[in-house]
Order: sequence, then structure tokens, then C-alpha cells
Amino acid sequence: MILFWFSIYLLPPSYLCHMIQFEQCTLDNGLRVLVHTDKSTPMAVVNVLYDVGAKDENPEKTGFAHLFEHLMFGGSINIPSYDEPLQVAGGENNAFTTNDLTNYYCQLPADNIETAFWLESDRMLSLAFGKKSLDVQRKVVCEEFKEHYINKPYGDLWHKMRELAYTTHPYRWMTIGASLKHVEDATLEDVKGFFFKHYTPCNAILVVAGNVEFNTVKSLAEKWFGPIPAGERYNRMLPMEPEQKSARRLEVKSGVPLDALVKCWHMSSRMDDRYYAFDLISDILSGGGSSRLFQKLVKEKQMFSSIDCYHFGSTDPGLMTIEGKVVKGVDIREAEKALMEEIRHLQLNGISETELEKVKNKAESAMAFEDMSLMNRASSLAMYENLGDANLINTELSKYQAVTAEQIKSQSQWLFRDENCSTMYYLSEN
Amino acid sequence: MNRKTAPSIKDAVEYQLLLKPYEKNILDNGIEVYSIHAGAQEVIQLELVYFAGNQFETKKSVAAATNFLLKNGTSKRSALEINEAFEYYGGYCNRACYNETATVTLHSLTKHLSKLLPVIQDMVSDAVFPENELAIYKQNSKQRLSVNLQKCEFVANRLIDSYVYGGSHPYGKYTEATDIDEISVEDCKNFYRDNYLNGRPIIFISGNLPADCITLLNNHFGSLSVTKESTILVPLQQHPVSERTFRIENDPDGVQGAIRLASPFPSRKHPDFKRVSVLNTLFGGYFGSRLMSNIREDKGYTYGIYSYIQNHIHETAWMISTEAGRDVAESAIQEIYNEMKKLREELVDEEELVLVRNYMIGGILGELDGPFQIMAKWKNIILNNMDEHYFYDSVNVIKTITAEDIRILANTYLKPEQFYELIVY
Repeated sequence: MILFWFSIYLLPPSYLCHMIQFEQCTLDNGLRVLVHTDKSTPMAVVNVLYDVGAKDENPEKTGFAHLFEHLMFGGSINIPSYDEPLQVAGGENNAFTTNDLTNYYCQLPADNIETAFWLESDRMLSLAFGKKSLDVQRKVVCEEFKEHYINKPYGDLWHKMRELAYTTHPYRWMTIGASLKHVEDATLEDVKGFFFKHYTPCNAILVVAGNVEFNTVKSLAEKWFGPIPAGERYNRMLPMEPEQKSARRLEVKSGVPLDALVKCWHMSSRMDDRYYAFDLISDILSGGGSSRLFQKLVKEKQMFSSIDCYHFGSTDPGLMTIEGKVVKGVDIREAEKALMEEIRHLQLNGISETELEKVKNKAESAMAFEDMSLMNRASSLAMYENLGDANLINTELSKYQAVTAEQIKSQSQWLFRDENCSTMYYLSEN
Repeated sequence: MNRKTAPSIKDAVEYQLLLKPYEKNILDNGIEVYSIHAGAQEVIQLELVYFAGNQFETKKSVAAATNFLLKNGTSKRSALEINEAFEYYGGYCNRACYNETATVTLHSLTKHLSKLLPVIQDMVSDAVFPENELAIYKQNSKQRLSVNLQKCEFVANRLIDSYVYGGSHPYGKYTEATDIDEISVEDCKNFYRDNYLNGRPIIFISGNLPADCITLLNNHFGSLSVTKESTILVPLQQHPVSERTFRIENDPDGVQGAIRLASPFPSRKHPDFKRVSVLNTLFGGYFGSRLMSNIREDKGYTYGIYSYIQNHIHETAWMISTEAGRDVAESAIQEIYNEMKKLREELVDEEELVLVRNYMIGGILGELDGPFQIMAKWKNIILNNMDEHYFYDSVNVIKTITAEDIRILANTYLKPEQFYELIVY
């Protein structure tokens, strides 16, 4: 016992506070406020997450959550420009939208943190709803759409894959939108309706991290965000995806140089206990140079020039995806067969303790590197809080460590069922 | 509370920026080690920088292939065993090849460093370049290249460099599929012998370092042979092309054009460089820049537009880069020139200049967050044979540059006739 204490004492102090410490409170209007103090930096991060993503869109008006993210920089009710005052205060900012959520963040010297409160609270209060801003941002988003999804080989691959894998759930469309036309047709009325439904304190989470004190943040939050009307809590009622009962296949031909094979299987939601086993399965299959698919299919059999297994960590049940480019001259059906042999091998024989230890070690180190950045710590806290519990940031690792080899085997048997699979051949015309 | 009035702020000029000093050690064989011990997470980043970039190759693409294949087999370990060794401990070993330098980088939890160093040592002292590993590398590189060549932005990046520096210059040459076909195991072995086995790397290590860090490094790298004095670099001969304007059709169905404008710029050691960095920020270096405000936020021609000075050791280029709708690409170029003209003719007002100063200082303050970022700053300084004055002078220039200085610089450097102009559709 004494020895135990002695050894703890010798460890560097940082080891003892491996946990990400934070405090939280909720304002009267329902805004959740989380504060993570880190005195080693002169900076602060202010992160505002709104619990709305592309999945909350009208199927006839997709791409709206993301277009809206752009409009959030077009001036708010009392402040004509968001960016300039922040830059004057030495700050910079950005935002991103996913199918699940919209997240805004800025980083600035901690001394100037009130500027961020002023700006963020004003745009939560109300936007300026300028016509010019909408006109321009519609064009900007159309160029973004073209740059990433049209003017690139395989750019529409995920549009097609989502439509194949989902029949019902709004994950059927991409965050950027199902078509350019939806973005082009957005009206100012749509913008206003969306804002007052989703951009309210009770649908938002504020995280402040860095060289700040909890009490200061709390009173600044009460001062700037407190007077904003609570709004109504958005009651999400999304159609759930029915269980897939038979395999689906799609063949596409395009002017790309190489055949691509994509296979997706429906997995669990983010908060399901099985999530951690699924996540480790993706690392076992393709998490590096020693992973199974890379070693067998790229190095030994040389059927794929690249292959990846990944998922998006989406809140509702997502897709475990394997995507590979087939070596020129290899028949894509043979390549698929070889891939499925590897999957069967995992389902039948499971994995060794050593291989399991390897992917757990990888998870541990990935988290340590991720936590180095203040910005990452702030956005992780917001995302975990949005999932229901900010403290997941500290308990995730133990959940990965609890996964057993037996679970990997049984979950891979459930996941990689033929009837649960959608397959796309994205073929080269040449 | 008045929501129309901004809260008071502390101005950037009031911040005293400090670049945490490194510790320097010399290994038994003379290899220099620069280290930064800082950070809360128990992680380290180790980087071995060799002077083994494509400047030193006599046959195209050999430097990159050699660098890549360092991890694909030694006389003691196969490629798979090397990967397993890193990945079992959650380590990431990457390599990268640039123009002058080529690197091997390790990211690892501090507690596993001692187990991973022998593998790195093996890679840089005993790589064997197996025939089949090279064959796989060549096949997959060619396939990746064929996909990239369909992307207008990829094609544009290659072409604009070849215009500015000339196709035989290390900064301007690019790889064709036939170059990849030509690489042989012998080429790699020879390049490895000359530039790695006999080369003198510089070692950068940062993070939460173990107490015996230098001893560990000395055990693994202190007896490598270092006969080549490769840190002395001669300036390179440029052969820029004479034509200035190019329109290339790469994808007949493409809906955007990749626009690149580039003008030669002396180097970061040029007396104007630090002040030009401020002008660049104002012109196209951040989200509130002139180019972004006009071409994205006013006209909606593009998702984004940026300008930057390329990060080269010798001569370099001032680059403007954007992807714009096919039908508005020519108008976008016109607007770029309009913005140059404004900067040549009109003085920047005080408000905008204060904004840029504060933004840049705030940015540096943010960039100094964490040991890896601090080391990145130092690495840039050390590899360019400079010292900390470069950092402090840059900060001072940001704080003191005047509107008149900026107009003079714009009249020297932002002249359309000095720019190569390219659209790849």
C-alpha cells in the first residue's frame, strides 16, 4: 500500500490530471454552459454547438442546415459583421455542419473573451436576415458543392451510397444537400423559420475552455446569453431506418480511371454499448500498415491499390464502410470476393489478445494526441454533452479497454451479415 | 448593456510574445538535437530531418520513393513487422519528402518511446528496399497519380510551379507515370547510401520528454556514420518560362476552373519578407482578406481564395489560389488584379491595419500553444539557418508597419505583369 502511494508521488503531476476537468451549469433559458480551465495557455476557445444538422431538414429542402451555417456570418441583429470585431480582438473562428449537428468555434486571447460572448450571443438572439447575404452565400455554397462533389473524380460516390443504404432515415442525403437546386431555391422565409426553430438557447451548448475561471464565464454567460428567450425545445421525431432484410447492389459507370468498390453495413448508434467494438473492428481491418485489409489485399494479393474501413460516428445508427480502389486489370468481383474472405475470417476466427491490445493502444494514443489541442477539447466536450453526458470525454477510454475478443467476433458476425449490406461498383468507363 | 458596442479589448501590440527556447545537444557523432520539453499530455513528437529532398536526386522521383520505402523492410524486419512494431504501441511513423529535406517522424506516447526508437534506427541505418515492395509502391503511385490527374487543382498546382521555376528545378519538376516506371531498387539503394546512411540528420524532439531522452537518442543515433556535410545548400538555377498566360482544358465536363497566379519572390531572407507577410495577410492571407471579401463574400464566385508565399528555403513565389465557377473564372482573375491595383494606389486605413495586426498577433499567440507547434516554429528558423531574431523581428514588424510601407510594397510586388496566370478547366 505504501509502495503504491510512493510510486504515484513520483509520477509527473500531469499524469495525475489526465482527466479533462470541467464544471457546468444551466442558465434559466436552458442554455447549457461548460467550462474547462487550462492555465497553461494565454488563449481561450468559445464553442457553441446547436443541436441541429442535415438530418433535421425537410427532404424537399436539403442542404439547409449547412447553408444556414454560412448565413451565421452575415451579420446579426445588432452587429453588422461577425468576423471583423473578432479579428480585431486577435481571434479567429470557423464552423462545421454534419448530418447531426452544427458547431461554431472561435479562439482568441483569453483577455478578450468578452468579445466572443458579445458576438455569439447576438447571433443567437437574432440574425440580420439580409437579402444580400443569402444571395451571396447561396452562390458560395454552390461553388463549395461543385468543388467537393462535382468537379472531382468519385465526387458523387457518397450521394449515391447514402441513397442506396438508407431508404427512410434522413441520413439518406449529404450535409451539403441532395442537389444544387435545393440550395439555389432557398428563400429568406426558409431561413427565418429555421433560425427560430433551432437556434435557441435550449437547443444549444456553450463550452468555454482555456485560461478562464468558471465564475467569470458563468457571469459573462448570464450577462450576454441570459436575456435571450429560451425558445421551444425542438422535439426530434425522425423516421427510423427499418432493418435491412436483403442485400442491395448498385453499379455506376463514370469517366474515372479506376474501379472503386464500396460496401456499407448498418451499425449501431453512437450511444449503443456495441459502438466501441464496432469502432475497434474498423481499426482491426484498416487502421494502419499492419491492419488486415491493407496487409492482405494491398500488399499480399495486390488486388486493391488502397483500401479503407471507416464510419462517421454518427448519432443515429451509421454505416460501417469499406471503400477500395481496385488495381487496374483486376476484376472487381474477384477483388470483392477476396475482401469478403477477410471478413469471413474475422467472423469465424475472431482476433488474438495481441491484436486486440494493439487497437486499444491505438485508441489510447489517438485520444492523447487529440486532447493536446484546446480547440479539440472544447468541441469534444460540446459533442459529448450533446450526446447526453460531457463526462464521456473521460470515460471513453475505459469503454474501449473493456471490449473483449469475444465481442469483436460476435459483433462482426452480426454486423457483416449479407442481408445487412449495400454494395456499389463505381466502374471506370475506360 | 449595449449590444451595439463592442466590449473593450486588449490590443495585440500590448502582448509580449515569447518563443520558448529550445535545448540543444550534440550526439557523439556530431548530430544536433533540438528539444522542447512542455505539454500536459504524455506524448512526444520526434523528427529526423535529412537533407535528402528531390534536389539531391539525379533521376526523377527517386528521392520520394526512397523516403517512402524506408519503412518497407530492413535486413532484420519486414514491412509488416515494422508496421506492427509501431502500431502495437499506438505509435505513428510517417515520412515525407520535400525539395531540400526528407523526414522521418514518430508520434508516440512518452512511455513507449524507448521501444520504438530501435525501429527508427533500423529504418535509417539498415533499409533494404525489397524488389516487390518497390513494385507495389510503383503500381499504387501510378494509380493514385491517374486519379489526381483528373483533378484540375492538382494539375494547376503542378503547372504553375513549373512555369515559375522551370521544369528541371527541384521546385518546378513534377512526376509523370513514366518516371515512376523508371525507378529501380539500385536507384533507391544508391540514394539511400549517399543521403541517409552518410547523411547528417538534424533531430527535433518535443513534448513531454523522458528524463533520459538525450541518452536514448545517443544510443540509437549517436554512432551512425555521418560523412556527408549536406546542410550546405547552394542556390538553384531557375529557368522560368517566358509565356505568362495559360488556359488549360483538363476536364471537358468540369464545372469549375482552378485558378493560380504566381510571381517570383526572392526568399524569406530578403529584407522585405517580414513586411510582405503582413501585406500578404491583408491581401489574401486570412478569411477577412481583400480577396476573400471581394471574390467570395461580395461576388460569390468561389468557396475560398487565398494568397501565400510558398515555404521554400531558397527563392520562392507569391501564389494566389482559388477554384471558381467556370463561367466566372475570368471575372475572378480580373477582380484579383483590381485588388492589387487598390493596394498599389490607396493607403490602407488605420482600422483595417489595426485589425490585421491584432489578427496576426492573436494567431501567433494561438500557434505557440503546445510543444509541437513551438517546435514547428523553431524548425523553420533552424532549417533556414536563422535564429530567434527572425521570430522577434517578425512580431515587431507586425506591430509597427505603416500604411505607407504597405503601399510601397504593393507597388514593388503586386504588379500584374510579374504574375504567371493559369486557369485549368
